[in-house]
Formats: sequence, C-alpha cells, structure tokens
Amino acid sequence: MKTFSQLKKNLKQDFNGLKTIKIALLGDSATQFLVQALRATGYEAGYDLQIWEADFNQIERQVFDPSSEFYEFKPELVILFHSTHKLLAKYNKSKPEYFQQLADNRIDEINSLVAAINGQLSTKIIYYNYPEINDSVFGNYANKLELSFLFQLRKLNFEIMKLSTQLTNFYISDLSTIQNLLGHSALFQTSVYINTEMVLSIDALPFVAKQTVDIITAMLGQFKKCVILDLDNTVWGGVIGDDGIENIQIGSLGIGKAFTEFQYWVKKLKNRGIIVAVCSKNTESVAKEPFEKHPDMVLKFDDIAVFVANWENKPDNIRLIQSILNIGFDSMVFLDDNPFERNIVRENIPGITVPELPEDPADYLEYLYTLNLFETVSFSNEDTERTKLYQVEAQRNVLQQKFTNETEFLESLNMRSLVEPFNKFNIPRVAQLSQRSNQFNLRTIRYTESDIELVSNSDNFNTFAFTLEDKFGDNGLICVIVLKAEDKETLFIETWLMSCRVLKRGMEAFTLNTIVDFAANNGFRFLVGEYIPTAKNEMVREHYSKLGFVAMTDNKWLLNLDNFENNKCYINKK
Amino acid sequence: MERNEILKQVNAIFVDILDNETLVLSDSTTANDVEDWDSLTHIHLVVAIEKGFGIRFTSQEIQSWNNIGELVDCIASKK
Repeated sequence: MKTFSQLKKNLKQDFNGLKTIKIALLGDSATQFLVQALRATGYEAGYDLQIWEADFNQIERQVFDPSSEFYEFKPELVILFHSTHKLLAKYNKSKPEYFQQLADNRIDEINSLVAAINGQLSTKIIYYNYPEINDSVFGNYANKLELSFLFQLRKLNFEIMKLSTQLTNFYISDLSTIQNLLGHSALFQTSVYINTEMVLSIDALPFVAKQTVDIITAMLGQFKKCVILDLDNTVWGGVIGDDGIENIQIGSLGIGKAFTEFQYWVKKLKNRGIIVAVCSKNTESVAKEPFEKHPDMVLKFDDIAVFVANWENKPDNIRLIQSILNIGFDSMVFLDDNPFERNIVRENIPGITVPELPEDPADYLEYLYTLNLFETVSFSNEDTERTKLYQVEAQRNVLQQKFTNETEFLESLNMRSLVEPFNKFNIPRVAQLSQRSNQFNLRTIRYTESDIELVSNSDNFNTFAFTLEDKFGDNGLICVIVLKAEDKETLFIETWLMSCRVLKRGMEAFTLNTIVDFAANNGFRFLVGEYIPTAKNEMVREHYSKLGFVAMTDNKWLLNLDNFENNKCYINKK
Repeated sequence: MERNEILKQVNAIFVDILDNETLVLSDSTTANDVEDWDSLTHIHLVVAIEKGFGIRFTSQEIQSWNNIGELVDCIASKK
C-alpha cells in the first residue's frame, strides 16, 4: 500500500478525462487529510472525485438546513464520518443515567440525518462505523455492564449494521476492521489528534481511503466477478503430476490445513456468486482426479464453472475462459503461487488482478483478507446460482456445435420469457443487473433499489423485466427496459440493458417486439433510443440500427411504429 | 549525530513531503519562508521526521519550534 506522502503526489496529476463523482464529506472531526487521501486514491482507480468538505463539526447544520451549501453542491454520494472520539466526549459529558442510551440515541440521530438527506437528494450514503476505544473505567467488567462506554460502542456498531439492512441507500465503511488490521495505536496518533483534531493517523489514511474507494468503485458497477485458480501449490500442496493423489497436501494435518482453509474461502466466494475457474498446467485427467477422488477436497468439480488444464500458456487459457464467461478481464482475479506465471499473466492480460501471493501458503488467506478484492454493494439469491448458469452455458455451446443452422438450434432450445413490470420481488435483481451490466448497456444508468422504486412508482415511466428459460435451465432475470413518455406520441428508451449470458438468442428482437406492442397499445407512434458510448459498451454501438431504427443526431435513433413489423424470434411469452 | 547531518536529513524529508526539489533549509528558515508549509502540512512533516529519525516528539514540542534550527536542536536532543 502506498504511503500518504506517495499518494499525495497523485494530486498533481492530470484528472482530465477521468469519470467525475461529486462527493460530500461531513465529519465531526477534522477531515482535510482524508479528503486528500480519497482524491488521490480515487485517481488510482480512474476517478476524479470532486469532494466538497463540510466545515469541521457541521454535520447537523448542513444536513438539517435545506438551503445549506451541502444541498447546493448536489452530491452524488455522501460520506458521513462520526468519530469514536467525539462519541466518547459526548458520553463523558452526559449524565450517568443517560449512559445506557448512548447507542440508541446515536441510531436515532443517524436515522434522522438519513431521512433529511433522502428528503432532498437521491444519493447513496457511506457511513464510517466506530473503531473501538476502551476507556478502561470498568476493566473487563465493562462487558457485563450496559452503561459502560465499551458496551454502548459495540452495541452501536451492531445496531448500525441492522440499520443498514433496512436503508437501501446506506452503506457502511468498516473502519473498525481497519483498526483490527492495523491496531489502535496505528489508526490513531495522539500528536496528530492534539494538533489537528484529526482522528486518523497519517499512516492509516491510505487504508481508510482505499476501503472507501473500493465501495465507490463497486457502486459504479466495477467489481470482481470471477476468481481463476492455479492448482498445484495453490489449491493443494505439492504437484499432482509428480506426487500423485495420495501425496498432495490437503486436509487437517500440517500445511494441508492452510490449503483446506483456502478452499473453504473459495467455496464461500462461489456460494456468494463469484465464478470459480481453474487454469492449470497439467494433463486434464490428472488435474481432475483430486476433485473426483480425494476425500479431503472442499472444492468439488461442481463448484468450478470452467475447468482448463493443459500445457498451453496461461494467458491463452485465460483468454479462453474469458470467451466462455463473457466478462471483462478487469473483473477477474488470478491466483497462482508461481511468480513466473503471475508475471506473464499480468503482462499479457491487461486489467486482470494478480495478487502477489506470499511465499508461504500458510500466509495466503491472511494476505488475501487484507486486499478486500471482492467488494460488492448487492447480494441476491440469483448470485448463489451463478456457477450453475455458466456450466449450463457451456452445455449449450456443445449443443450449438451440433446444429449446422442457427434457426434450428434456437428452435430446439424451446425458449420462454416472463415479462413483468418492476415489482418488489424483482427489484433487487433489477438494481443489481443495472450495476453489473457494462457491455450490453445502451446508456449505462446505474440504479439502486431506491432509484428503482422511484421509477416504478412514477407515472412517467414504464418498466419491463424479462426472464429467459430454455430446456437446459432458467437464466433468471436477464433484461431490463425503462421507457419514459416524452410526449403523447413518443416513448424514450431510458434504459436497455441485457445480461451477456443470453447473447445471440434473439432476445433483442423479442424485447423490441414486446415494447412495440406496449407502445402501440397505448397510442404511441415513435420509439427513440440512445447509445451513450463508454469504455465497455462498444458491442451495442449498432444495436438500434440492427433493429431497424433510423439515425437521428447525437447517437439517438428513431423507430416509426407505423412501418414496424415484428422481428422473427424463437422466444415465447410465458 | 552531527547537527549538519540532521539538517541534511530534515531537508530531504521536506523535499519529499512538499514535493519541492529546490528547497534548501537553514537554521533560520521559518514556516513563512517555505511555500505550502501550513499548519496541516506541519503535522505531516512532523510525522515523517519522527519516522525518519525513529523518535517521538511530545505534543507540546510539535508547536514549540520557531525555526528549523530549533527543530534540529530538538531532534539532536533525542538522538
């Protein structure tokens, strides 16, 4: 991790052309260095974070005054930073009979801050939780005493988590975990605090800034979707081809423990929705043997979405994995114990993340914990099914190779789609898809669950969520449309995004047929679409022209419904 | 440690933190003479000096120096 001094040099770089994000930071301690650290860390992630900093200790004044500079700034993101020190000061000043209400009172305060912000802005909020301070007034007995500061503090951190499960736009940045990692004396430096009123030490700033920027990056739809594993000395100890299945190290003895625990971690990632792929230099049958036969293997063959074991070079194999999964290299993490392989992958696959695994396998997990590679801002049931979806996709690929003609293949799939407006059951997945989809996304508008609720309750908008299933299985919700009535005759396609899992199935045609039907039944005569180019959505540059729209100006496209004829497709409405 | 040595090392730390290659400090240099040396940067410099020399200043010391010479004396007293 770069030091604060090294980071600060970024502030002199050219921020032109970077994606700008307007952030308001409000703290009850001094935050000037944090602002610098955030902006400098944002630069490394490719963002121009334009940060408006509230004056010291002005949280309430800014938030509860509707005409404040805070609202005038119109932030896209709000960071609230209540410090443990100020909380302790408050506790110190209050009457002993109020000690045990400290946590509840703070929760009430947070609730009213969030309510006030939500009343004025449509924004996400990042809230720093509380690194622990033990004032040692009651010693260990504090744990047994509801009115102790320690008791209230721990209760508060827990209650904030509960609160965030209820507030869809409220996210916690876990400062407490950073203190666990660095230690209190590293997070907090008395001389800095006494002289500047800052509660974060200079050395801790890069860690706090990185964690915050990790969350922002995930909010903007950039996060890791896949982990690619080497096998020998990464997933198990030893070399399967040389040592044989009975001699590889895994299980409960010695260093085998480290590999077993590593596998449990990967399994949890898989269950969370991270795709697990294998890329190993091995003979395929030999590499698969432990997955099939070794009793101590935690990872099973079923957990692996794509299994590549051969003697080709790893960059080519990773490109192969990418072509099957159809996700960006920048959403992949490659784990390999061999520095040579790591370097060759790093040099040949731009964007992929290749952690510098420690030499000792016993250190793998502790090191990986510190990197926070798998930040996310959503989780849905669909995530847990993802591996299966990709395995099924691989089966479809095999079937497609048997058909000489695409029409026959599509017909044979027996595809059905359920079309529904947004509702409380599909909103989490709609929000998630809007955050995840980068390639097939015409305007790349990201919605949170609360945005989606606003849109679906508005009379101006019409919303459609599409599922797709076929004889191999259910792809779940894979396409989202938001239409906005511009006038009595014209519907604007505010959002058209689709999961790349269902490319080349005729889903685009089916989607258009569906929205044209809707438009015609409601008296509209024109559909207008727009393509907003990003670094990732080149794939849909000609989307509207392929569907028969006529080019207007500024990447806008027009479809006159009077001359529209339904596109042929092989998907039936469910 | 020689006073001169200390001054040289302090100078190098200032150059790094302030990102100013041409900066030359002397005993009589004050915060007014150095661009960007404000109260915030001061604490950043202090922390870097503590780390560079492996020493700790007290909170009072940090606010007590009137010029670089006094800072160097303070460091010398701890080495």
